[in-house]
Amino acid sequence: MNITTQQTIQDTPLVIGDKTFANRFMLGTGKFKNKADVAASIEASGTEIVTVALRRIDIEHHEENILEYIPQGVTLLTNTSGARNAREAVRIARLAREAGCGNWVKIEVINDSKYLLPDNEETIKATEILVKEGFVVLPYVSPDLYVARALVKAGAATVMPLGSMIGTNKGIKTKELIQVLINEVDIPIVVDAGIGAPSHAAEAMEMGADAVLANTAVATAGNPAALAHAFSLAVKAGRLGYLSNLPHQKDIASASSPLTGFLYDS
Amino acid sequence: MLNEIQKTLSNNSPEELEQLAARAKTLKEQFFGRTISLYAPLYLSNFCSSECTYCGFKSKNRIKRFKLTDEQMHQEMKYIADEGIENILLLTGESYKVTPVSYLKEAVSVARNYFPSISLEVHPMHENEYKELFESGVDGITVYQETYDRTRYKEVHLSGTKADYDFRYHTPERAARAGLRHISMGILLGLSPNIAEDLNELYAHLRFMEKNYPGVEYSLSFPRFKPIKGEVFEGSAVVDDITFVKIICLTRTLFPRVGINLSTREPEAIRNNILELGITRMSAGSNTSVGGYTLLDQEDQAPQFDIADKRPMKKIVEMLKIKNFDPVLTDWRRIKNEYA
Repeated sequence: MNITTQQTIQDTPLVIGDKTFANRFMLGTGKFKNKADVAASIEASGTEIVTVALRRIDIEHHEENILEYIPQGVTLLTNTSGARNAREAVRIARLAREAGCGNWVKIEVINDSKYLLPDNEETIKATEILVKEGFVVLPYVSPDLYVARALVKAGAATVMPLGSMIGTNKGIKTKELIQVLINEVDIPIVVDAGIGAPSHAAEAMEMGADAVLANTAVATAGNPAALAHAFSLAVKAGRLGYLSNLPHQKDIASASSPLTGFLYDS
Repeated sequence: MLNEIQKTLSNNSPEELEQLAARAKTLKEQFFGRTISLYAPLYLSNFCSSECTYCGFKSKNRIKRFKLTDEQMHQEMKYIADEGIENILLLTGESYKVTPVSYLKEAVSVARNYFPSISLEVHPMHENEYKELFESGVDGITVYQETYDRTRYKEVHLSGTKADYDFRYHTPERAARAGLRHISMGILLGLSPNIAEDLNELYAHLRFMEKNYPGVEYSLSFPRFKPIKGEVFEGSAVVDDITFVKIICLTRTLFPRVGINLSTREPEAIRNNILELGITRMSAGSNTSVGGYTLLDQEDQAPQFDIADKRPMKKIVEMLKIKNFDPVLTDWRRIKNEYA
């Protein structure tokens, strides 16, 4: 018997802005040892959204241009790496659009070089401005319900809460806070940063996240393409787990009703 | 902290150094990946009013002094940019008179034609001067305390602006307040023979900066003391390769996200082998004489220090690729610098 996913569970595609995506794994392109590994990882994972820092795009072609390694059909999500406040993020986004990188932007406003934590307040400001200018805005934030609501109000396309700090590979340390966003926010939640292993990605998807973005783990793996593939599979597995209404963990056996059974004894 | 530094420097176990190196390598990859950023220095002027006993540019040295004109800057910068460099470090001797802010701004405006990212290594200045330079397009500064040992500092910095320890010490703060994005700090390894104490003070200085000015990207440099034109300097300690590697690895493990620069004063063999241990940025194809790239013949050059790794940029790029590093040239796109 050959049961396909379609027969067992009907999934809806991921909708961000005016686009739909079948693959819920997004890939970052920093930290790779060469650009061929970036291309191989994109292909192996089947990712449909790839984020690139504008600062690393060699528009004038002095060296190899990273954009040449991103296949047609993959959505380019330029990020504002290097921005320390809303004004700089806005400037970088505008430069990206002028340079032909499209109007999808991941806002990264980082004003702390030690922890690399995003500045939520400035990120909201940048989102407000860029949405009005017609950008599809995916803001990277520390998970916080009020911030997420403000981003929805500002017109963000997603909320991208961090699982743990950039580059740490520690997994979803902010689980409770991300769960609140998943429960309460109606735009896609993309878990970003700290995703160090496929199991972390699966965990995020099982929680009900809409997508996962990974970078460091893939870029620094011995075989980046293989790990990118594994991430993509884990995201699919986690998604299926979520859609199948996976049973909750129980601390005690539930065969009888020791507390309320008396109500029905007579 | 001093204890930990002393313990590491005096530990002679190769196995434990290997373990430290493994931790450093892992952290480097986690936070910077397999990338090495490249930059080149350009000496604009060798006029100097400071008397630093160890420096090739010191005011008493009878070397040919000159500073680049606009036209010469264009020529030198075009040469460097054609090599592929996009990140330039502009240097001068310490002379407010000969290379005032107005001259530096002129140099920056020329550099903007060739380089997306511009940093300065010049005499320490006041906050409003840094602000002016930031707004004119400077992204970062390099300022080394050289040594944190006040007695030794006084011994070797006899006169001129550099003799003022405190003004120099507070330079990173003034630059950070003015809005600069990158600040590079460091010590001249071996200038003070008490390396552990110097490191301890440098780390404390950096911690203070990180805490108070978190938005700045910091990097550290550890130039080892080198003889000028073969002359060995009195009273300094020689930092051997093992100690040097320990310092790089220890710094990486203590400050996982801070950049570590490596200049061409280090020989090829060292440069090739310590890349894995935490280095994030290296200069390439450097010349440390004013006019050294295109204007002067080798015998007419008066370098600030002797270069050990003379490989051209292209060879460095090749070496990095062979070693599975991505040589990063493009790492910034100029945006308007605005004082917050």
